[in-house]
Amino acid sequence: MSNEWPLWEVFIRGQHGLSHRHVGSLHASDAEHALQNARDVYTRRKEGVSIWVVPAADITASAPEDKGSLYDPADDKVYRHPTFFDIPDDVGAM
Amino acid sequence: MGDSTLVLGQRLSAWCGHAPALEEDIALANIALDLIGQTQLWLGLAGQREGKDRDADTLAFHRDAWDFRNLLLVEQPNRDFGVTMMRQFLFDTWHLEALRALTHHTDADISAIAQKAVKEVTYHRERSTDTVIALGDGTEESHARMQSALDRLWPYVGEMFEADADDLTDMAALRPAFDAHLAATLSAATLTQPSSDFAHLGGKTGVRHTEHLGHMLATMQVLPRSYPDAKW
Repeated sequence: MSNEWPLWEVFIRGQHGLSHRHVGSLHASDAEHALQNARDVYTRRKEGVSIWVVPAADITASAPEDKGSLYDPADDKVYRHPTFFDIPDDVGAM
Repeated sequence: MGDSTLVLGQRLSAWCGHAPALEEDIALANIALDLIGQTQLWLGLAGQREGKDRDADTLAFHRDAWDFRNLLLVEQPNRDFGVTMMRQFLFDTWHLEALRALTHHTDADISAIAQKAVKEVTYHRERSTDTVIALGDGTEESHARMQSALDRLWPYVGEMFEADADDLTDMAALRPAFDAHLAATLSAATLTQPSSDFAHLGGKTGVRHTEHLGHMLATMQVLPRSYPDAKW
């Protein structure tokens, strides 16, 4: 049996209206404990108004070696960017 | 109030760099800093009311053990993590009830300090309660250590509810709420509450501190006493 507590990824929302951002990870025995640890480790200087913790083991990540097949095909498809649309002046700043 | 938060804050800060996990280390340091912050408010107010030109630092660093009015519980040594967390849980449970009562104090300064501190201590108690439950209801080893910590510290519980003339609120009246939280926590932690109601007394009256306080104060006070002009 490992003596290490499981790893959790921590997401914090800095202020209302913004989305949660990944800020780092920590070890904790369960979800409640992870929330408390996140509060102590990552919000000491009033960084957040909301905390999410996610077991790191439950995150499915893309593999770096798949970079080519996943992202390169988008390189020559610039038309997917909205800059191709002419925006009438009346619309103003978007 | 200020002496108890000072002594416990100093005790807890000794864990800095030594706790069993980085996360616990930071949490204990945060709690220690909360308590030292509360100490500045309580001792600052005490010095102001005394009117003898003593500020919070003077009261903290230039009094000897017999002038301290802290609970005996908080001067007990850290020993292992289990004893530290059990001491914290017992103190937090009393502290939260005491502060809740003091938020209604007729003196505006006392009520203001209590209102600020009660938010911090609500979290302290939540954290120490969860830790006592996790370790009590944990492995055979952690359960045994938590039960032994409870048995060791139990004789220092009664003093928290012993009335004396300097109390800011009716301490005996806090006991039912303390007992209710204690019973629920110990039950979840599969720990057995000791049946004895024997209580060591003399900490908050200053009459009879345990031998541990003097040693701790010697370490805590050496710098400002050796170098009276030191600034930090």
